[in-house]
Amino acid sequence: MSVTSAQTGPESLYQEIILDHYRNPHHRGLRDPYDVEVHHVNPTCGDEVTLRVQVADGTVQDVSYDGQGCSISQASTSVMTDLVIGQRVDAALVKADAFLELMQSRGALEPDEDVLEDGIAFAGVSRYPARVKCALLGWMAWKDATAQAVAQDPEENP
Amino acid sequence: MTALLPERATTYDVEAVRRDFPVLSRVVNGHPLVYLDNASSSHKPVQVLDAERAFVSQHYSNVHRGVHTLSQEATDGYEQARSTVAAFLGGQHDEIVFTKNATEAYNLVAYSFGNAPAGSRFALGPGDEVCVTEMEHHSNLVPWQMLCERTGATLRWFPLTDDGRLDLSDLDGLVNERTKVLSFVHQSNLLGTVNPVDVLVRRAREVGALVLLDGAQSAPHMPVDVAALGVDFYVATGHKMLAPSGIGMLWGRKELLDAMPPFMGGGSMIEVVQMSGSTYAPAPERFEAGTPVISQAVALAAACDYLSALGLERVQAHEAVLTARLLEGLRRLPGVRVVGPDSTVSRGSAVSFTVEGVHPHDVGQSLDELGIAVRVGHHCAAPVCRRYGVPATARASSYLYNTEGEIDRLLEGLEQVQAFWKA
Repeated sequence: MSVTSAQTGPESLYQEIILDHYRNPHHRGLRDPYDVEVHHVNPTCGDEVTLRVQVADGTVQDVSYDGQGCSISQASTSVMTDLVIGQRVDAALVKADAFLELMQSRGALEPDEDVLEDGIAFAGVSRYPARVKCALLGWMAWKDATAQAVAQDPEENP
Repeated sequence: MTALLPERATTYDVEAVRRDFPVLSRVVNGHPLVYLDNASSSHKPVQVLDAERAFVSQHYSNVHRGVHTLSQEATDGYEQARSTVAAFLGGQHDEIVFTKNATEAYNLVAYSFGNAPAGSRFALGPGDEVCVTEMEHHSNLVPWQMLCERTGATLRWFPLTDDGRLDLSDLDGLVNERTKVLSFVHQSNLLGTVNPVDVLVRRAREVGALVLLDGAQSAPHMPVDVAALGVDFYVATGHKMLAPSGIGMLWGRKELLDAMPPFMGGGSMIEVVQMSGSTYAPAPERFEAGTPVISQAVALAAACDYLSALGLERVQAHEAVLTARLLEGLRRLPGVRVVGPDSTVSRGSAVSFTVEGVHPHDVGQSLDELGIAVRVGHHCAAPVCRRYGVPATARASSYLYNTEGEIDRLLEGLEQVQAFWKA
């Protein structure tokens, strides 16, 4: 028997992209300046993330985070920062919605690489309902923090 | 309690036991299922499934309500189940209250105490104390936190030692003349620790505290005699001991149950109902408002019969062999750390561990690829994880149908997991 053969196929959960982001996460570590900091937890498994956003001129200037969790939650948060930093808030929210839709698809959706880039590696996660919440932890924290940042300053409202 | 001698288990025919559990022949992800999530929930033997099916097929009706034949047969089946469960735990028929699970049973006691009028022996207020331990399942912790919030009483708890035991060094301080309730776990669901009930009960008796013992992880795995344990309340749940989900049980000393205020109001729990007010039935009916879980109670009795026929001493001895093998194997794996006692002395079969560099969720997912079912997370005992500085653990918990070969499959699987995640 072998974990490796079962877990590295094209249909598998642990895609190489996910493992790469898990081992070498992007934009990790809390940074200044920031507008809003949030702390989100996954009460069923104890995973948690502290996440900061800075929004200016309708654009996501920076997202930084720290946390602990499984490979899926950590890699997903890393990929999320790549996707949203530097984007207009409304464009980043479109990506967040696309990722959420992918996660809720139970494997039935072909992800759009132009929108989700490395995020398409998580398509397999949607076939593991118990792990979907792991993949969404960082995204939900970012959406929460961004909504607060926009609400704080009506001029930032896209 | 001491570790049982391994040779006693040689008379135990685990293969015959396995034939009673159809699910154990399943193939999962291309591998024969290895089910090591029994502390979460156990599987059900055909004897239990058949008993429930026979009851529902031929004798089912509502209970305690009608004069027709089926109503009487159903009532007889339900009440016979109560007698069987009572005998299984060493109590009397009228001392067993059926609940939907263990959680409801703790809440029943806590809310009943909360409903007691000031001055009652059960009433709590500022200055009173409830004592638990840091190794409680949330179900035997949160209801007491809520009771203390409602009443102004103070919650106290025993801390834990580094090797997964209760720190009893301040026993007399934590259980004192202000302590009204001492509620603690018999066998920890996360650590596997079996607690020294006698020591705690002796101290509770000195100060007049009521004692509730959480038996959710002990009733399935060891002989239990509530009279010998000397406690006031004992809680267990069916689904961890071969019965269906949806049925739990509270044993309480009859004299206490009859004096306690009701928890939930409704049908069945009353004596005289008038628009101006009602009086309540004696226990156990007082605590079984509404249509109870009927067929599940019958199935629970069948599960008790199955366990009794097999012999809990032999089940316990069998599990001790598996636990010793697992602990020894885990010790040989570099980077694997057991969270809980590292020997089979005063310890049950639930073994929590962490794998360095691999999150427990990834350990569990990778083992599932090999057909091995373990539980991952905080096991509804988050303070225990915090105490030992881990966000979560993986937990393998064996039961009467597991084999030494399955323990070896888990150990081999963990080596594979480490190899996969090392790259």
